[in-house]
Amino acid sequence: MTGKEYRTITDVKGPLVFLNKTEPVAFGEIVTIRLADGSIKNGQVLDTSDDLVIVQVFEGTAKIDRTAGVTFMGDVFKLPVSKDLVGRILDGAGRPRDGGPDIVAEENADIIGAAINPYSRQSPHDFIQTGISAIDCCTTLVRGQKLPIFSASGLPHNDIALQIARQAKLKGSDEQFIVVFCAMGITAEEYNFFRSDLERTGALENAALFVNLADDPAVERIITPRLALTAAEYLAFEHDYHVLVIYTDMTNYCDALRQIGAAREEVPGRRGYPGYMYTDLAMLYERAGIVKGKKGSITQFPILTMPGDDITHPIPDLSGYITEGQIVISRELHQQGIYPPINVLPSLSRLMGSCIGAETTREDHKSVSDQMYAAYAQGRELRGLVAIVGEDALNERDKQLLDFSGVFEDRFLRQSRDEDRSIDETLDLCWELMSSIDTKYLVRLDQKWIEKYHPDNKA
Amino acid sequence: MSKEGVIYRISGPVVTATGMSAGMYDVVRVGNEGLMGEVIELHGEKAVIQVYEDTSGIRPGEPVINTGETLSVSLGPGLLTQIYDGIQRPLPTLEEVMGVFITRGVDADAFDLEKKWTFEAVIEKGAAVEGGQVIGHVQETETIVHKIMVPPTMNGVIKDIKSGDFNVTETVCTLEDGSEIQMMQKWPVRTPRPYRQKYAPDTPLITGMRILDFLFPLAKGGAAGIPGPFGSGKTVTQQSLAKYSDAQIVVYIGCGERGNEMTEVLDEFPHLIDPNTGKPLMNRTVMIANTSNMPVAAREASVYTGITIAEYFRDMGYDVALMADSTSRWAEAMREISSRLEEMPGEEGYPAYLSSRIAEFYERAGRVETKNGDDGSVTVIGAVSPPGGDISEPVSQGTLRIVKAFWGLDAGLARQRHFPAINWLNSYSLYPQSLNQWFRDNIAQDFPEIRTQISGLLQIEAELQEIVQLVGSDALPVDQQLTLEVARMIREFFLQQNGFHDVDAYCDIHLQYSMSKAILSFQEAAKNAMAAGAQLNDVVNVPARTALMRGRFEKGYIDTIDDMVKAMVDEIADTVEDN
Repeated sequence: MTGKEYRTITDVKGPLVFLNKTEPVAFGEIVTIRLADGSIKNGQVLDTSDDLVIVQVFEGTAKIDRTAGVTFMGDVFKLPVSKDLVGRILDGAGRPRDGGPDIVAEENADIIGAAINPYSRQSPHDFIQTGISAIDCCTTLVRGQKLPIFSASGLPHNDIALQIARQAKLKGSDEQFIVVFCAMGITAEEYNFFRSDLERTGALENAALFVNLADDPAVERIITPRLALTAAEYLAFEHDYHVLVIYTDMTNYCDALRQIGAAREEVPGRRGYPGYMYTDLAMLYERAGIVKGKKGSITQFPILTMPGDDITHPIPDLSGYITEGQIVISRELHQQGIYPPINVLPSLSRLMGSCIGAETTREDHKSVSDQMYAAYAQGRELRGLVAIVGEDALNERDKQLLDFSGVFEDRFLRQSRDEDRSIDETLDLCWELMSSIDTKYLVRLDQKWIEKYHPDNKA
Repeated sequence: MSKEGVIYRISGPVVTATGMSAGMYDVVRVGNEGLMGEVIELHGEKAVIQVYEDTSGIRPGEPVINTGETLSVSLGPGLLTQIYDGIQRPLPTLEEVMGVFITRGVDADAFDLEKKWTFEAVIEKGAAVEGGQVIGHVQETETIVHKIMVPPTMNGVIKDIKSGDFNVTETVCTLEDGSEIQMMQKWPVRTPRPYRQKYAPDTPLITGMRILDFLFPLAKGGAAGIPGPFGSGKTVTQQSLAKYSDAQIVVYIGCGERGNEMTEVLDEFPHLIDPNTGKPLMNRTVMIANTSNMPVAAREASVYTGITIAEYFRDMGYDVALMADSTSRWAEAMREISSRLEEMPGEEGYPAYLSSRIAEFYERAGRVETKNGDDGSVTVIGAVSPPGGDISEPVSQGTLRIVKAFWGLDAGLARQRHFPAINWLNSYSLYPQSLNQWFRDNIAQDFPEIRTQISGLLQIEAELQEIVQLVGSDALPVDQQLTLEVARMIREFFLQQNGFHDVDAYCDIHLQYSMSKAILSFQEAAKNAMAAGAQLNDVVNVPARTALMRGRFEKGYIDTIDDMVKAMVDEIADTVEDN
């Protein structure tokens, strides 16, 4: 069927082109559209029938008229994958963006990706040390996990993601991650920031970048993460790499999804986003994990900015239902000048329980983490009370907890952008800070750990 | 019109075929690869089909073949311990055939058709039988006897029946009219299996979770909804129920949830021991795993597959518990298909028939007299994932209208690390009315009264807390301060339960009663001591009370608790003399 050019476009609407009377066209088939000036646009079939075919055009429909020639390529969208992807920069549709040669394919992989059989998965349990205390202690990252950063405009989520990409390693191992970076609708400035940081640290050689910027076609964003994940799967499951996929910004991706939904006149769900957004996001997020019989793994770090700092907005909400926890960035902490401004209270790592303990991190980790969390939560709550009744009204225990919440932010959370704390350093720091609270109030700590690790007993 | 037609249109999981004779809900094979689908709408010549597998690359003009059957599950020995996808394909078999990624166009038998089972006839030649009657037994797993029944639509006089080793497709029984009965039968998933009559439930489903059994009990044959925002512990609660509830059979449906979470269940369950029988939990479990990225139409089917299997075991006279996590994903699958069909939407884009589908599903729960004359039940526990945790949305509301137990999970409690994070103020159960007699007869005469006292204290605490927020607890009179202490004990000692702790995860119902009595004993002793001049602070801090509260993490607590309560009461009495 390839090769035959149709000039039967009837309607063009937003990113969609409608045409009729074609040979049978496959659902999901790739399409090229040749314009009068000879330029080429690419698209994909969204709906096909004997009479009507709907094509979603990745590069936007500007200048498409009814005389444009449409060719169906006879196949679904595939990405040429090869080990050579590492160290390359590609655009949002998978073409080289770094001036280098085309990727010579070892294999052409379907970008939609098949679901991993849940029976064939292996439970993630390898602790990843990020060197950031708040994450390592309270929302521990596990190899094969998908842990998004819930941020908002104007917050340093990019710095945190980069710091993680730089510092992430298995405890007691120098094995580096391959970073697959996927940009969706971010600004050129943000992209340059990422790129120059990766270049500066030499990480670029171990990274593959897929870049769709804010002025690139919005619809292309639909395929960019799929390309990135296809590359990641290939590297992880064919070449045994441990891959860390960072994608930013999921909010732009979801907006592109909404744009297509609106052009197709679909019945919208909440806030105009399509009803299938949960499934669509799951098709991305679920491409993380470890499978039986393969050495590699895919760990995902999606970044999304919550519109209006609202965690109940459909994008963070649906993401939270799919991902294995979340790291929430706080504007309040950021404004106090604390970096990284991670609010540990709403943050969560669902897989944490499987990767901490004597064999992986340290025997006291769980106990320490629970106590730090509980003491900080109570201290934070007391701040509200102090605002009403004043500090004098507090009893001794409450005063200590209130003070602790300040120290927690100032010394535990705060660290510099290149400070790489080992898990032992982090946990020792926790003990040091907790020693400002009378031991009898530290009810979540096991007595045996107090005897072993409490600074009073160590000295 | 023939059985074979051609594809006219493809739009995601929805395919339209022409030139084919089809009835509603017929199962069809779509395209050259023979993908499985189901007819969901008829427009004149055209049949609209939802396809259970990915449709990329399929073209108009490819064939569609009507199998003439409706979507059915295979029922027979071999179901237990299995792990299925939404359309009853065993996941281990899929792994063998296609590797770790699920591709398409693969058909797999629901269980081993060749395996020989020892069939033991329990009925004689010449007996008249009707649909649903048990004709023989198969010891399927260590703990479960699989009862072979006459298919519900068949009846007659037995001409021949033989005990021995057979596979599930061999005939074990022949009727006078020539019909043959095998150990495997099929049943369409969207049709409830028949029974003689429904009874009012009168026995609680004991879950070992204190807040549920004691405050908000669920009856065997009842229905419960667990709504909660993400991170509030829905899945952990559902898994605890699957592990510890005293149902004889558990059907666990992971509907549109996380892959890694499903894997955890699959890894963990085979190693867990059923506290009620002492045997591996898998022996009584059937699992259905349709993760969020598996085809959406199969997700829609998965809850029906699950409940049909549950009904089948109910018909053998078993108490079955079905957990569906999460029904919101099922509803979203309906919404997605509905929008592809360009149906007029109801609230929030959900189809107008959403609430009736939810009601039909929960209505398949119940305690019944089976066609064999036994007593069997299906208890349904559905998790709901309301967007933003706001239960005013259609799925939560549709669920609340039909279920009689509502266990509301609360993000605030989860943040305080109070687990299970079930809010005791807005949760409810309408079952105590019908269960009180059981509790009186089997646990203690005053069980319902104790429950009322405990929940009353929690209500008073909520009111007092409002005042405390304004003026601080020191401003309250001492008797109210004591009430707050008692309520705190209820929360921290009784309601909080560590689902991951070896001992605390499961709490015997008798022990629950003893623990609640212990709290009331503390209140009584403290009140008396304080009336005699003791200080609240001294009363609260007696070491025996701390020991009592820690005791719940120790094995054998049920034997020691009474002595510990006595020790606490004595020490509290002693605080009077100190002054």
